[in-house]
Amino acid sequence: MNAAETAPHGQEVQDLATLTLLRKARDLIDRDYAQPLDVATIAAKAFMSPAHFSRKFRAAYGETPYSYLMTRRIERASALLRAGMSVTDACMAVGATSLGSFSSRFTEIMGETPSSYKSRDHSAIEAMPPCFVKVTTRPSRNGASAKAAATGAGGTANSSRIEEAPAPARH
Amino acid sequence: MTISLQYTHLTVNDPDESIAFYRDALGLEVQNDVSNGEFRWVTMGTGTQPGLGIVLSEPHAGRSKEDGDALATLLAKGVLPMINFTASDLDATFEQAVSAGAEVLQEPIDQPWGPKDCAFRDPSGNMVRVAQV
Repeated sequence: MNAAETAPHGQEVQDLATLTLLRKARDLIDRDYAQPLDVATIAAKAFMSPAHFSRKFRAAYGETPYSYLMTRRIERASALLRAGMSVTDACMAVGATSLGSFSSRFTEIMGETPSSYKSRDHSAIEAMPPCFVKVTTRPSRNGASAKAAATGAGGTANSSRIEEAPAPARH
Repeated sequence: MTISLQYTHLTVNDPDESIAFYRDALGLEVQNDVSNGEFRWVTMGTGTQPGLGIVLSEPHAGRSKEDGDALATLLAKGVLPMINFTASDLDATFEQAVSAGAEVLQEPIDQPWGPKDCAFRDPSGNMVRVAQV
């Protein structure tokens, strides 16, 4: 097929069979983000080697599969923190195993530490209908997103995330 | 004066494969099947909304090669807009779709924004969500 072709603007053109496999792998991340997923496991879903898979995934969706997985976890963790869960419990609940790397990733994506995020006022979000909250609070990797938008590779990368189970009730 | 939705369009890879999915998984019926040149426009619907048709057509049907290619790419990536249904018995609908071989994205759960819903991919990669009414 045309996997090796390069479009005029430099973006790699991927064949439809490859994109279908990438979609299934992305669905796996959206669905099983709270499981101990690693890139090798996700790549196996797409029948690709981890390095090849990562490159293809990034070309299709504008960020690497590991970045997509962690963004997904942080997205979910932020909802749990707003609902009152502790930082440690939220970290574990979304499948992250190291509190340190979770916290630094959270800070990198959200611009503040998890405990800062948890303790500050979220009344603006609480006043919104929940479906708007989901969109408004969805973290984005500014570097990856901006680059993807510039090359036309992303922009829709977050558009079909599988929806969440509800956060635990506030006590 | 009234206004109603008459047709909504869904891009699919293969009309026959899609007819089987929407018929067996979700219980829709074929309303119309029209050929124009090498392409088909298949309209499906449900008896609960007799005036509404979901028109299935292929990415290149009625489009330039470039536009069809672009649409086929977005379809394969799974990033085209989703289609949402409601069901009077979500659990039964889910079980029917599963036994028809539908690719499950999410089992029925209560969403924080209100509805109980579930999600599938159709054979082409469209996200199909079904909510309990």
